[in-house]
Amino acid sequence: MSLIATGDPTLFSIVQLSLQVSLTAVLLASLFALPLGALIALFRFPGRGVVITLLNALMGLPPVVAGLIVYLSLSRAGPLGQFGLLFTPTAMVIAQTLLVLPIVAALTRQAIENLWEEYQEQLRSLGSGRIRAIPTLLWDARITLTTVVLAGFGRASAEVGAVLIVGGNIEGVTRVMTTAIALETSKGDLPLALALGLILLALVAVINGTAYLLGEITSRNMQ
Amino acid sequence: MPMTNMTLDPANAALVELEEISFVRAGNAYLDRASLSLHPDGRTIIIGPNGSGKSLLMRIAHGLLEPTQGRVTTGRRNGCPLRQAMVFQRPVLLRRSAQANVIHALTMAGTPRHQRRKHAEQALASFGLSQVADRPARILSGGEQQRLALARAWALRPEILFLDEPSSALDPTATKAVEEGINTFHAEGTKIVLITHDLGQARRLADDVVFMYCGRILERTPASRFFSSPVTAAAAGFLRGELILDTDPPVTRPDRGGPSF
Amino acid sequence: MSLTRLLTGALPLLFAAAMVPTAQVAADAPFITLASTTSTEQSGLFRHLIPHFTERTGIEVRVVAVGTGQAFTIGRRGDADVLLVHHREGEEALVANGFGTERRDVMHNDFILIGPRSDPADVSTAATIAEALTRIFEAQAPFASRGDDSGTHRKELELWKETGLSPGGRWYRELGSGMGSTLNTAAAMGAYVLADRGTWLSFRNRQDLEALFEGDPLLFNPYGSIPLNPDRFPWVKADLAWQWHEWITSTEGQELIGNHAIEGSTLFFPSMEW
Repeated sequence: MSLIATGDPTLFSIVQLSLQVSLTAVLLASLFALPLGALIALFRFPGRGVVITLLNALMGLPPVVAGLIVYLSLSRAGPLGQFGLLFTPTAMVIAQTLLVLPIVAALTRQAIENLWEEYQEQLRSLGSGRIRAIPTLLWDARITLTTVVLAGFGRASAEVGAVLIVGGNIEGVTRVMTTAIALETSKGDLPLALALGLILLALVAVINGTAYLLGEITSRNMQ
Repeated sequence: MPMTNMTLDPANAALVELEEISFVRAGNAYLDRASLSLHPDGRTIIIGPNGSGKSLLMRIAHGLLEPTQGRVTTGRRNGCPLRQAMVFQRPVLLRRSAQANVIHALTMAGTPRHQRRKHAEQALASFGLSQVADRPARILSGGEQQRLALARAWALRPEILFLDEPSSALDPTATKAVEEGINTFHAEGTKIVLITHDLGQARRLADDVVFMYCGRILERTPASRFFSSPVTAAAAGFLRGELILDTDPPVTRPDRGGPSF
Repeated sequence: MSLTRLLTGALPLLFAAAMVPTAQVAADAPFITLASTTSTEQSGLFRHLIPHFTERTGIEVRVVAVGTGQAFTIGRRGDADVLLVHHREGEEALVANGFGTERRDVMHNDFILIGPRSDPADVSTAATIAEALTRIFEAQAPFASRGDDSGTHRKELELWKETGLSPGGRWYRELGSGMGSTLNTAAAMGAYVLADRGTWLSFRNRQDLEALFEGDPLLFNPYGSIPLNPDRFPWVKADLAWQWHEWITSTEGQELIGNHAIEGSTLFFPSMEW
């Protein structure tokens, strides 16, 4: 418990790594998933229904499975083995990106499709093609999409299964809040585990609260 | 899009030419061989009962929809594509400031970056919106929103402006402002094509009237004549406020196609 | 609107702060990856040993603590440089199949049979571990099994084989969890459970559990060090790993293992006399 009370530097670095991994994963995933979701929303192509169903299903991808897939890919014996990424924070980012991407893409697809319904005639009247409409729609859906990205962040920061497998929970290298909590639980130090859990919760709450306030102010002005 | 460009370029060539336009969905003909020439200048008002195909015709003329049959020809001037704009019944405004809405339209139209702000400010000023330029478009009143839609169209300097019942959701004061806006366009030489259900508005604005019924154009008559003595019985009935029933076909259908207007 | 601006600035700032490289991870420091068991990690042994090794050699040791079964998988895929595990049969097979270069005894502790203080199956008076397990079987007293192919799980199955009984039924609960989680669960349901002494001594959530049976030679729990074979896995840091392998079996390493204790109890006994 002194770990928390004294503001231990170890705890600080664990918190920092947690944020680093999850925020990077969310950023990367969003970079791909926002345009991807918008593309699927705006274009009709063969197999579109299958793609949408698949994305929706992948929202429920168990973290352990995502971890296993990334583990097998990054393992020295796997296809991406030569990069030596297993048991590094990079591997954790990759695994969490895989977890977050379907959530952001699927929810973006829904949001943009609804907005396109509303905007389509006006945007086409202004001479905007579908591709050109994507940045317009993404910007106009920014309030909803903030919530979408936060949902992705929630998933990334809360999961333990994927980072444990691909990161290895190495002290000082790949130990993050969730794996530290799992470790303390297995040591039977339940109060410390719970305290770490509360810190994680507080962190996520601060980030969500900031984004919520931001959204509130914007939506009051831009409904 | 089956649009060909007219190489002919006399001053009075049609801006948009609809020839034998039909629009069929699931076996229902929503437009039936309608032909209409839209020439520069003048305010053409389209009236007719609900479901007569007015909005559909306008969307096809504007290029938002493709007809299932027939030909749409859009004129060019000086080798440039026709500049056109449309104002909808309910203005679709982006979730950003009034000025940003106009700037977005200018961006889409390819206006050079350094000119956009100036053009946007001028357009907003022309429609009395300078005070609310920085306000989010979505919190403006209904009348302000429709004026913003007009200002956005204005910034594009269109040669032809389509309006689909632009004031049907507005109170008389806001309606008056919209009509003044339309006349501002008219004064600048923009061709006006307006759909309205408000016969008073049609009387106030029309130079000529297109009367539609059951997916067909029944007549096109100068306004001065239309309101006193329309050509077709259906139009006369419509002006008197009668219910026109489907069982009473207003004109016989020529086998070789619909009439041209 | 200035509040908006403040908040818009806050998120990227937070992000930037999180991106500052963690000071303690020196990128260019040489390191090896050691795959070991949760029991050794949780006993705090590595935190006791590794700083000494790093100080002497400049080599950082990154410990991936998993079940022995998973550690063997990591070994067979070449995803670590050296292993420290506790299942002699599996360890010898790993070397025999060319995955590891050699196996050395490092240390041992022993397994103990844990159970509720009331001891409903009366295992504390048993003469052998086989007798103790037989009493649990006959009493149908709740028994929590790791069920995760770890070294401890493999040991437990071997011990049941000694009794000639095949456990099963509602009282025999396979949890598929690590040692700590299994102890947590056993504490909650008042079950018997086989655990290694190291984890037990460092375990904090004992509730009503007590060590009830120990001392049978069959409960001996040896740990072996196996560097992975660079002929098989060319990327392995064989040289650095060998330094660790040598050091942990050296006088210094062995002494440090011997004096690691929790609340006065020694957790691991070094394999070599010094």
